[in-house]
Amino acid sequence: MKLAAAAGGGLFLGFNWADASASPTSVIGVVGENEVATGAIDFNSYLNISTDGVITIFSPNPELGQNIKTSFPMIVAEELDADWTQVKVVQAPLDLKKFERQVTGGSGAVPHSWERLRKAGATARYMLVEAAAKRWNVPAASLTTANSTVTHAESGRHYTYGELATEASRVPVPPEIKLKDKKDFKLIGTAVRNVDNPAMLTGKPLYGLDFHREGMLYAMIQRPESFGKKLKSVDSAAAKAMPGIVDVVTFKNNVAVVGKSTWQVNKARKTLKIEYEADGPLESTADHDRLFKELLESKDTKMVTVRRKDGEVDAAFKTAAQVLVREYQCPFLSHAPLEPMNFFAHVREDGVELVGPTQTPEMACNEVAKLLGISPYTITLELTRLGGGFGRRLKADYVLEAAELSSLIKAPVKVIWTREDDITGGSYRPAVRYRFEAALNAGGDLIAYKLRGVGINAGNCTREDNFPSGAVDNLLIESVEHKSPITTGAWRAPITNFLAFAEQAFLDEVAALAKRDPVKFRLELLEKAKKTPVGAIKYDIDRMKAVTEMASEKSGWGTKKNVSQGFSVYFSHRSYVAQVAEVAMKKGKPVIQKIYVAADCGVVVNLSGAYQQVRGGVVDGLGHAMYSQLTFKDGATEQKNFNAYRLIRMKEIPEIDVHFVNNGIDPTGLGEPALPPTGGAVANALFKATGKRLYNQPFAKQEELKATLGEKL
Amino acid sequence: MAQYNLQINGRSYEADVESDTPLLWVLRDNLQLVGTKFGCGIAQCGACTVHLNGAAVRSCTLPVSAVGKNKITTIEGLSANGDHPVQQAWMEVDVPQCGYCQSGQMMSAAALLQKNPKPTEEQITTAMNGNICRCGTYHRIREAIQVASTKMKQS
Repeated sequence: MKLAAAAGGGLFLGFNWADASASPTSVIGVVGENEVATGAIDFNSYLNISTDGVITIFSPNPELGQNIKTSFPMIVAEELDADWTQVKVVQAPLDLKKFERQVTGGSGAVPHSWERLRKAGATARYMLVEAAAKRWNVPAASLTTANSTVTHAESGRHYTYGELATEASRVPVPPEIKLKDKKDFKLIGTAVRNVDNPAMLTGKPLYGLDFHREGMLYAMIQRPESFGKKLKSVDSAAAKAMPGIVDVVTFKNNVAVVGKSTWQVNKARKTLKIEYEADGPLESTADHDRLFKELLESKDTKMVTVRRKDGEVDAAFKTAAQVLVREYQCPFLSHAPLEPMNFFAHVREDGVELVGPTQTPEMACNEVAKLLGISPYTITLELTRLGGGFGRRLKADYVLEAAELSSLIKAPVKVIWTREDDITGGSYRPAVRYRFEAALNAGGDLIAYKLRGVGINAGNCTREDNFPSGAVDNLLIESVEHKSPITTGAWRAPITNFLAFAEQAFLDEVAALAKRDPVKFRLELLEKAKKTPVGAIKYDIDRMKAVTEMASEKSGWGTKKNVSQGFSVYFSHRSYVAQVAEVAMKKGKPVIQKIYVAADCGVVVNLSGAYQQVRGGVVDGLGHAMYSQLTFKDGATEQKNFNAYRLIRMKEIPEIDVHFVNNGIDPTGLGEPALPPTGGAVANALFKATGKRLYNQPFAKQEELKATLGEKL
Repeated sequence: MAQYNLQINGRSYEADVESDTPLLWVLRDNLQLVGTKFGCGIAQCGACTVHLNGAAVRSCTLPVSAVGKNKITTIEGLSANGDHPVQQAWMEVDVPQCGYCQSGQMMSAAALLQKNPKPTEEQITTAMNGNICRCGTYHRIREAIQVASTKMKQS
C-alpha cells in the first residue's frame, strides 16, 4: 500500500495515489446522500472527518444485497475506533485513481480489501493520536481511543476526533501501521443494521431504475427474438407516429425506441415490424439433450480437455470390485435480479456520464471508452444501489447499449429492460451434464474416480482441484465445451452452483455402495487426503473437516427419528460450508423442513449481514434446485416472465439454522459459498425420505417427485 | 392523452397520460414517486404493490383510468416519518438485502395487518406468497410482520 500527502493537506491511501489530488471523487448524488459534509477533512481515499465530528466513510464496491456498504465501513470504523452512530456512509463512484477492484463478484471484496480498509482506519487513528499528543505534549503511548475520542487517562482530558481533525490531517503518514489484535474488535463480529435501511424502507430513489435527470429520454430496445438470428429489416413508421416517441434508432442488432416515458416507449415498441434472418444454429433444448449424450462419449481430443489426471484410472477401474456410474444435468437459468437491467448514459462532446447498477464499473467504463474511442478518464460512472445482480451485472452489454444509444441520439437517455427482455436476453447460467464414475475395491474404498462434464458455453465446467481430488489415487477430470449462440455468463457461484449438487449427490450414492455413513465416508476421504495426499491439494482439509463436524453435531446427524437427513459439504470461493437438510413425510409427501448450515468464512464482519447472506444463499440454492429452468425452442427461451420462470416463494422455504465457525482467519468471502451445498443436502435427504434419487434439476419437475412435489407448481 | 386527478398519500396529483398507462408508471415517471418498483409488469412479483383504499393492489397492471377517486397509498405515504409499525419492524429485524422488493413487501404486509392485526404464521405466508424476494429474505420478512403485529397491538 502506498501513502502520500496530497495537495491541500489531505491524504490519500490506496491505489495509484499520486494522481489522486488531480482527480477528486466526482459525486453527483443519486439520493442526496453524497454531499460532502461541511468542514470535511480528507484523511485518505476511504474517509474524511469533519470538524463537527461526523466521519464519512466511502464504500467503493457495488452494493447488490451482499451488504458491503455496511461491512466495508465497519472494518474502517473498527480500526479508527469511530463512534458508529456518527459514521455516515457514502457510495463512492468509480474512481480509478483512488480505489482498485471496485467489483462485486467472486465473493472477493472483503478478502481483497480487508487489510487496506483496516490500514485506512488505523492510519487515521494514528494521526489523530499524534495530533492530541502534540497538543498535550504527552507521549502518544499514554493515550487511548474509543468512540471517536482520544483520551489522556492520567489527566482525564480528552478531545473528540472532530476537534483534532485539522491538525491530525497534517501529521505525516507512518510507513508502517500496527493493526488491532482481532480479540480487541468491538464492532467487527457484531450485528450492525444495513446503513441504507432508512432510505430503502421509505422508498427513496436508490436504484438505477429510480435515477432521473431533468430532460432525459427513456428507451427500450428490441433485441433479436432468438439466439442465432440477426436483424434484417425494420419498419418503425407506426412506432414513430405514436405519442411521446422521439425517435427509433437501429444499431447493431438492436432497434431502440426513444421517447418521453417508459409506458409510451413500451407501447410503441410493440408496433415495430421487424424481420430477422438466420445467423447461426437455432438450438432447442432437445438438441442440447442429444448433444450432451454424444459429447459425454466423445473421443475427440480437440473437444475434450483433461483438467486433472492422477494415477492410472483405467487400470484401477479394471480391478474394481464395484463400479458406480451416474449422470446429472442442469438447465439454463436466468439471473433474474428483481431490478431489471437499466442504465443512464449521457454522451457529450466533452465527456460521458454514466449512472446505474453494475457489478463491474471499471470494466463497463473501459468498454464504453473503447466503443466510443475515448479515454476512460473522460467518463464518470456513478454507482447506484443494485436491485440484485447474481452475476448478471458483471457484463457490460446493457451499459454499452445505453452509451451507444446516447451517442447516436445526442441526448441523455435511460435504457430500461422489461422482465421479458431480461429473461430472454441471455447471459445465462449454462446448461451442463456430468458423468461421474467411481470404482470401489472389495473393502469399499474409493480407488478411482472419473468426472466428465459437458457444458454449453460453460468454459471449464469442472473444478478439477476441488474435493475429492487429492483423496483418490486414480482420478481423471475432463471438461467438454459446446459452442452455442446462446449467451452465458457467471451466475452466482459459477459452475459450482450445480456441480456441487452433482458431486455431493454422487458421493452419497458411493458411500451407500461402500456401506459407509455419508458423513464418515467424507471424513475418511479427508483423512486420506491429509495423510497421503495425491497430487496438489488446493482446499484446506482442516477447515473442510471442521464444518463437516460442526454441521453434523448441530443437526444431531444420525440421531433423529421421523426425519430424513441429507448431508453435503463444499468448498468454493475460499470458504467452506456444510449443510444438513431434513425432510419429513407428511401425508405421503416429502416436506423439506429444516436446513442446518455450518459456515467457515473466517472472521465474520457483520453478524446480521452474514447470517442473512447465508440464509439467502441457501434459499437461492434451494429455489433454483427445486423450481427454476429455462428451456429453448428454435433459439428462443420458452419462459419469458415470472408466470413461467419459477422463483422460490415464501411458502417453499424451510427453517434455516446458521452457525459460523469463526476461527479468526482473515475473511475468506461469503457472497456465494452458502449456495452450492444446498442442492446436494436436499437431494440426499429427499432420497432418504422417498427412496428416489434425483439426477436432474429442477427437482420438482422430475418424474421421481412430480407426484408429490410437482403439484405445488 | 387525458388529464387525471389522483389522490395519492393524502395529496392531490395531476397527471397528463394515456388512459391505459399503468399506475406504476404514472407514479414513477410522471410523479417521481419511485419507491414503488417495477419487477415483472404482469402482477407476478409484487414489487409494485400499493394500497387502493387500504387494500394491496399491483400497480403494474392497474390502468390509471381505473383509479378514479380511490385513495392510493405508496411506500412514500405509508407514514409521515418512516415510523409505521411495519417500517419500524423492518428496521429492527434488518430485513433488506438488495432491498428492491421491500417496499412492495411492506405494502403487502401493512395491508395484511390492517385487515388482520394478529395473523398466524400460515396466514402471513399465504398473504405474502405473491411477493418475490430474489435475495431470499423471506424468514426476516415473516419475522418482521410478527414484530409489527406486536407493535400494533401495543399502540
